[in-house]
Amino acid sequence: MARSMNTAARSTNASARSTNRSVPVRPWRGLVLAGAALYFLVPLAASVIFTVDVPGEGVTFDAYTQIFGTDGFVSSLLLSLELAAATIAIVLLLMVPAMVALRLGAPKLRPVVEVVCSLPLVVPPIAFVAGIGTVLKWGPEHLSRTPLFQTFTAIQNPDFPFVLVLAYVVMALPFVYRALDAGLRAMDVRTLVEAARSCGAGWPQALVRAVLPNLRGALLNASFLTLALVLGEFTVAQLLGFQPFAVWIVNVSGSQAQLSVAVSVLSLLVTWALLLALAGFGGRSRTAPRG
Amino acid sequence: MTVTTLLEKATDTEAATVEFRGLRREFGPTVALDGLDLTARPGELLALLGPSGCGKTTALRMLAGFEHPDSGEVLVDGEDVTRVPAHRRDAGMVFQSYSLFPHLSALDNVAFGLRMRKVRTAERRSRAAELLELVGLGDKGGSFPHQLSGGQQQRVALARALALRPRVLLLDEPLSALDAKVRLNLREEIRRLQQELGITTLFVTHDQEEALSMADRVAVMRAGQLEQCAAPAELYGRPATAFVAEFVGTMSRIPGQVAGGTVEVLGQRLPVDGEAPAAAEVDVLVRPEAVRVKAEDAGDARVVSSAFLGAATRVTVRLADGTEVKADLPTHEAAALGAGSAVTLSLPERPVLVAERV
Ligand SMILES: Nc1ncnc2c1ncn2[C@@H]1O[C@H](COP(=O)(O)OP(=O)(O)O)[C@@H](O)[C@H]1O
Ligand SMILES: [Mg+2]
Repeated sequence: MARSMNTAARSTNASARSTNRSVPVRPWRGLVLAGAALYFLVPLAASVIFTVDVPGEGVTFDAYTQIFGTDGFVSSLLLSLELAAATIAIVLLLMVPAMVALRLGAPKLRPVVEVVCSLPLVVPPIAFVAGIGTVLKWGPEHLSRTPLFQTFTAIQNPDFPFVLVLAYVVMALPFVYRALDAGLRAMDVRTLVEAARSCGAGWPQALVRAVLPNLRGALLNASFLTLALVLGEFTVAQLLGFQPFAVWIVNVSGSQAQLSVAVSVLSLLVTWALLLALAGFGGRSRTAPRG
Repeated sequence: MTVTTLLEKATDTEAATVEFRGLRREFGPTVALDGLDLTARPGELLALLGPSGCGKTTALRMLAGFEHPDSGEVLVDGEDVTRVPAHRRDAGMVFQSYSLFPHLSALDNVAFGLRMRKVRTAERRSRAAELLELVGLGDKGGSFPHQLSGGQQQRVALARALALRPRVLLLDEPLSALDAKVRLNLREEIRRLQQELGITTLFVTHDQEEALSMADRVAVMRAGQLEQCAAPAELYGRPATAFVAEFVGTMSRIPGQVAGGTVEVLGQRLPVDGEAPAAAEVDVLVRPEAVRVKAEDAGDARVVSSAFLGAATRVTVRLADGTEVKADLPTHEAAALGAGSAVTLSLPERPVLVAERV
């Protein structure tokens, strides 16, 4: 009985495999790929060459060593990373439970939430930061005799400006919403939760043990996008007067052409390295090897 | 060997009685359950049968604790469990859609419930392996759901549902996503397991053949209410209502006239089974195997088509008034009746079911 089932299963597997057989690679694919590679790599290569090839001196890495020597490199990079970590933690803690609850409890509200989460895309950062600035100025004036005054001071601490985290959480909402939505769409949340509950798991356990592990890709995507956003964000930080990595880059590179390009190349590499690290950290293959 | 240890443990706990009392549930304007009363006896396999949308899943989900009644109660062994949350209900469930946790291997899926109960790792793995053996997948413990066929996934889901030795097993159309052959195999195996473990089981299906072939008793539902709950043979032979008669098996309707407890049909006068409707113009409900067909040149009925079923052939006959009647004949007799042959129909001298004409 079991054996006949297995053979039946094997034959369905085989047929599934044959329908999945990869389509023969067409020549235009290579062309498109080459075109895209040119588009991205040529400017990058030009930048790199410009920074290492000093006329009359040959190849030198002076521009890069100069960066590491410049004041504020480490501190601004660390600040950016701390901001990114805090933003990712807060936006995920906020959005994951909210979106799971939305799927299970109020699917009709989804379009509303989608629109709300997309608003940061339509509000220009300049307007956004002007708003924040107004509140930050208005707050202390009116709340000077309340404990909230301390709060206003605390969130503007230049060592760790929490107000930036708040701003970045809002700015990351559209990306995080989309990433999580795609992840949740790919699975049957309701059935998974119910299956977990019928196996004796309470609500929190069902979420942590049945839903989250399957959202790993989506969580990773959301973190990716948020990290990239925070590392590259300039407008808000600059206008509020803080100095994370992006602001520091602009400040330091203003005077010397070669240095400024070197800094850009470096920031690109740093971002890539971080994204790869995140992918390596989160992407340990879930289909563990089996014998 | 492994099966026996499980069986011994299973018999430690007595099989449960499940009772639905006046369950009612509305979703906005739709009434999913409209006062459902139903009792499942200890250790039986009770099939919930009915057309799509009649509230079968809703009833099952109320027993599982995923849905709450507007009124009425769910009793397990006489105890009201309506307020008990799903994870304390002690009900194993297999879902219609594939519901294995995609990130866990088959073994870990089965062990999931034991893990929630904080069973030690070694014991949990050995129990899970036992259960996989029980559903014939002892060698698939390391496979992930996406590496298993649909039938195998539902087997694992069955093992997972049985892992906590639940008092009731709930199956919501577990076979409907599978292809025909796998479905037949798995059907037999679910029945075998259920009988070996002696666990009270509710099996939802819209496939009457599945219900009749597997269940100890079949509860036919319609529009959120129970139509009839009876053993398969009784359901087929003595359907309580016209709805049951037509939903279970094949039924033809032949026009007739009621007069004083008898009905005039096909030139015969037959007693009415049960209560005769008030209207005079009725339809008589007949099973294909009850209809007799005789080739007769003077007959005013014509054979329209025939379908070969093996030993029998199902012949469709059109009466003079245009009514189509299905009749099962031994294949060798049917061979003589080509399309267009003139025939006469008759019924055995037995009480017949009648229904109001639609
Ligand atoms: N969560 C729900 N929200 C709204 N309507 C529902 C919900 N669940 C079931 N229904 C409705 O209740 C009726 C019965 O559903 P269901 O119990 O799933 O039927 P069945 O399983 O017999 O096909 C259907 O009309 C269905 O549309
Ligand atoms: Mg259903």
